[in-house]
Amino acid sequence: MTMLQHDPDYNFGYLDEQTKRMIRRALLKAVAIPGYQVPFGSREMPLARGWGTGGIQITAALIGPEDRLKVIDQGADDTTNAVSIRRFFARVSGVATTEETSEASIIQTRHRIPEKPLDEGQILVYQVPQPEPLRKLEPSEVETRKMHAWAEYGAMHVRLYEDIARFGHVATTYSYPVMVNDRYVMSPTPIPKFDNPKMDDMPALQLFGAGREKRIYAIPPYTKVKSLDFEDHPFTIQSWTEPCALCAATDSYLDEVITDDHGGRMFVCSDSSYCEDRRAKGHIGKELAVAEALDYVDRGEGASHDA
Amino acid sequence: MSALDHSSLAMGLADPVFGSQLVFRTLLKAFAAPGTIFDLPETISGVPEQLPSAAAAALLTMADYETPIWLAKPFESIRPWLVFHTGASSSREPAEAKFAVISAEHSDVSLSSFHQGDERYPDLSTTLIVVCSSLEGGRPVTLDGPGIKDTIVFAPKDIKPALWAEIAENNALFPLGVDLIFVAGAKLAALPRSTQISGDF
Repeated sequence: MTMLQHDPDYNFGYLDEQTKRMIRRALLKAVAIPGYQVPFGSREMPLARGWGTGGIQITAALIGPEDRLKVIDQGADDTTNAVSIRRFFARVSGVATTEETSEASIIQTRHRIPEKPLDEGQILVYQVPQPEPLRKLEPSEVETRKMHAWAEYGAMHVRLYEDIARFGHVATTYSYPVMVNDRYVMSPTPIPKFDNPKMDDMPALQLFGAGREKRIYAIPPYTKVKSLDFEDHPFTIQSWTEPCALCAATDSYLDEVITDDHGGRMFVCSDSSYCEDRRAKGHIGKELAVAEALDYVDRGEGASHDA
Repeated sequence: MSALDHSSLAMGLADPVFGSQLVFRTLLKAFAAPGTIFDLPETISGVPEQLPSAAAAALLTMADYETPIWLAKPFESIRPWLVFHTGASSSREPAEAKFAVISAEHSDVSLSSFHQGDERYPDLSTTLIVVCSSLEGGRPVTLDGPGIKDTIVFAPKDIKPALWAEIAENNALFPLGVDLIFVAGAKLAALPRSTQISGDF
């Protein structure tokens, strides 16, 4: 039926069909109950837990010959984790891969949401280290289950309030908890809080997989996702005083890059595909020449290398 | 040992790996867009005649030995086919079922008799396949909620006002309650518990 070349020693997509069915059932329930963590029988994968095994199992249960897969790690397509996961799926499923956000039907991500808005029909798969937003407040799973069951989220508000009392603002900058569909408090995974507003009313389907913790959860398209805050301390996102040093973007999340051992540094887009795309369109940042001289990006080509 | 009667065993998915992948993606799209009607790709050849091909495809894709299935009267005769292809056990009580197949027209079982989920584990609830004669042209209801951009009008045939009222009541239990997959022929639409239903019923 298929023209794809996948490693014949493995089933298509690596997982056996019974495991895929189990994950697929969990995914449908997760979509039906937005923000609720569905337990699933997480399998051993050929890489260590904590390296994205939850996201990989979801992608393996989803992927088909028609798909085009993009994998990012901290926004970049060319970091170790992203490259190895992309190679893994190229081998076990033979599907096409891409670095272009708008071309991908499935985007597996660790710790970022692409800058380019996603479309209806696209699926964003998050790798999740700790699915339980209340875990730092309550170590017992029995107790956190009850807290979710009865929507007892007072402790989370107290935690945020303690930040305000101590620092004058909520000091949480990543894994900033969100309320999904006015019902479940959910961990957005360690994305910077800069990305939280992108989750709200997103046209794409968002799926979350925690391999070690054996949980799957989801946000359907066009679902209300609100970052927790207070009336007198509304939620705010990070901002920078300078644009991206490579592409001059002022609307993207910036990473600090050390350029020498004398304190030299520059701030560049964490979303490498977005940054490349802008440079290809002629946007030139202040320090692009410096970055080229350091071989941080290809000369003239505008293609970035690993940070 | 008597000879096995093969005549009752219609085909399953032509390609179990790629067929179930296509069917699952359609189901996932349907759950992510309640009330939107999806055409199932052709993945099976020959199914028990009592069962629309969309229902057959969904069961072959999602059911296995871990999922007891409850069948309403009109569908009881598909049991050998279902067991042969999926290994799913039969559930005597609706409340024990992971999946169930009911007829929209001849429904005599209340939604509340199926597994509603547990407050701590609402995912344990039953997923119902509701067999209709068509997913269009019936009494319209308006749907709103996660997965729906503004609102959407959904009008499957054969759903009596009492059943709509029951579905609306079920969805008011969110996060508890059953999830529904409406099927007719090779078409399906999902109505998960997260959807709010309004209309004349």
